[in-house]
Amino acid sequence: MYLGVDIGSSASKAVILDKEGQIQATAVVNTGAGSSGVDLAVRQALGKAGLTDTQIKRCVATGYGRVLFERADKQITEISCHAKGVRHIQKEAKTIIDIGGQDAKVIRLRDSGAVENFIMNEKCAAGTGRFLEVMSLVLGCPLSQLSDLVKKGKTGVSISSVCTVFAESEMISQLSSGQTAADVAFGAMESIAQRISGMGNRIGIIPAVVMSGGAALNQALVDSVEAAVGQPILRLADPQIIGALGAAKYALELA
Amino acid sequence: MDNKTSKQLLGELLDRHYAGAMQAKQEGKLVAWATSISPQELLTTMGIHTVYPENHAAAIGARKCAQEFIDYSEGHGYSSDICSYARVNLAYMDILNSEAGNIPKPDLIVCCNNICNTVIKWYENIAKELDIPMILFDIPFNHEYEISEQNTNYIKKQFLEAILQLEQITNQKFDYDKLTEVMKISTETSIWWKKAALQARAVPSPLNGFDLFNYMATIVCARGTKEGRDLFKLWYEELGEKAKQGAGPWREGQELYRVMWDGIACWPHLADTYKVLKKYGINMVTSTYPDSWYIVYDTDDLDGMARAYSSNYVNRNLDFGVDNITKLVEDYRLDGIIYHSNRSCKLMDFRQYEVQRRVEERTGVPSVVFDGDQTDPRAFSLAQYETRIQALVEMMEARKYREAEDHE
Repeated sequence: MYLGVDIGSSASKAVILDKEGQIQATAVVNTGAGSSGVDLAVRQALGKAGLTDTQIKRCVATGYGRVLFERADKQITEISCHAKGVRHIQKEAKTIIDIGGQDAKVIRLRDSGAVENFIMNEKCAAGTGRFLEVMSLVLGCPLSQLSDLVKKGKTGVSISSVCTVFAESEMISQLSSGQTAADVAFGAMESIAQRISGMGNRIGIIPAVVMSGGAALNQALVDSVEAAVGQPILRLADPQIIGALGAAKYALELA
Repeated sequence: MDNKTSKQLLGELLDRHYAGAMQAKQEGKLVAWATSISPQELLTTMGIHTVYPENHAAAIGARKCAQEFIDYSEGHGYSSDICSYARVNLAYMDILNSEAGNIPKPDLIVCCNNICNTVIKWYENIAKELDIPMILFDIPFNHEYEISEQNTNYIKKQFLEAILQLEQITNQKFDYDKLTEVMKISTETSIWWKKAALQARAVPSPLNGFDLFNYMATIVCARGTKEGRDLFKLWYEELGEKAKQGAGPWREGQELYRVMWDGIACWPHLADTYKVLKKYGINMVTSTYPDSWYIVYDTDDLDGMARAYSSNYVNRNLDFGVDNITKLVEDYRLDGIIYHSNRSCKLMDFRQYEVQRRVEERTGVPSVVFDGDQTDPRAFSLAQYETRIQALVEMMEARKYREAEDHE
């Protein structure tokens, strides 16, 4: 059995693959690097698969917290792991848009599935999962319901795409000037999507396009990004575990 | 030269350079501040001690002393968006004291905008605040591939005008015979600097490329001197000897990947940026530095000297920039490129994405961009840097694997 863990900034994910590459178990814990979240995620995944620690033949770690996870046989960046994970389930993918807790990336793949080039957001939370969390706080809407709120909104409220902190104060002032929460949410989602499509244009978005990372759980965000990049986006059943899945696949392939 | 290594001589030369300037000031001699790729030939001929604020700011950055100066400048109204060399230096002009070493207050300043256009505003502020003369060499950006005759004439006439200004400032006649000698030495120094840097073409490279960042201080401040020339000749010989023995860049650890570094060093995080590369066996074998101070012309040829000062890559157009890096990829057999997106340097960053895109298209060599700054320590995150470098390693590894498969 092969274990992949993805220790992100806001969640820890674990995936176990058998030697045929079949997923045996997945687990997501909503605490990330610097916490014991990863241990819990691994325990949960082992429990679901009915396995013990000793049955894990190899482990690969990825994500922001990868360097501190001592049990890993190897650490591989989230860029390569997302590429590997996406290709495991979507063989035709050429471009990956991965939006995690603290960074957003656009990754372009070769026909073989290897990473050809990638772009990451700079030291700024605009266009990342953290932005969604800020939105949810300002709008008083739980993250899980944010997508439904956006779907009730319409275009017209402009929110800065330059800085999350400024966007937050913009959202507050739009709300206090009488705009509805749904319209403000819609505008904020458009601003994330613009940011992502700007990065995508730099590197070139080639179909098929896939979105991965925890933020892709938000259907409204996927819709907004789809509209902004002008390409259909293939939906994944569980975008949040893709990095861990890629890590597990690497663990399987490491000779 | 007593069997001293070039590295020992480098330290001594820099110490003497700064001590000499302080002493000159005390003795009432003229001291100039100049931009890093200035026609120092004219100042050296006139015997004016010249120090380089960019060099000094870099040293302040590397010794982790920059924040104090940056805070001071920003407190005095300079925006954090301004070049951090300027912010450090404009503060230093008032504070005049740093643990990283001191330079005397200038009596005149020399600004050559072949490195950057906004540098004029920085230098104008110094001239205005200290009420001292400023000599400006206005080097037009080359929008065409080659340096035009018109630009060459315009620059040469400025050399001649500057000579008159210097005669007025110093109250001395300009010695053209001495200029001939200084021009000859300056060109020789540039040639040895480049030849030493070219030793890194050997595989493995005998040169640890971060040494370029150390030796760069000397090519800036000692280009017109015999001791500068001899230092680079010695360095060239040392590297040649190492290459002959097949020695790599480090005592421990193998050179697994060869990359170039685009842009200025990240001085406040020099050790961190270096250690991450070394950890993965990455040697930065070259950068855009070797060619920046390859200022070569025939002795007594002021047209040639004008062209040389107009030729450094940041003053050349996009096509040249792309050709330049493409050639480095081939000459140095590079596996990857690291682009430093330097918050301070709008000029270099402005075309960086496009250069990256075109070089990738032409060479297929993978690359990454990381965020940093030449001297503002706040604009860099080690974790983000390392993730990008590790991703570069994974891409370089995948490419090697692909190429090996293609051969089979």
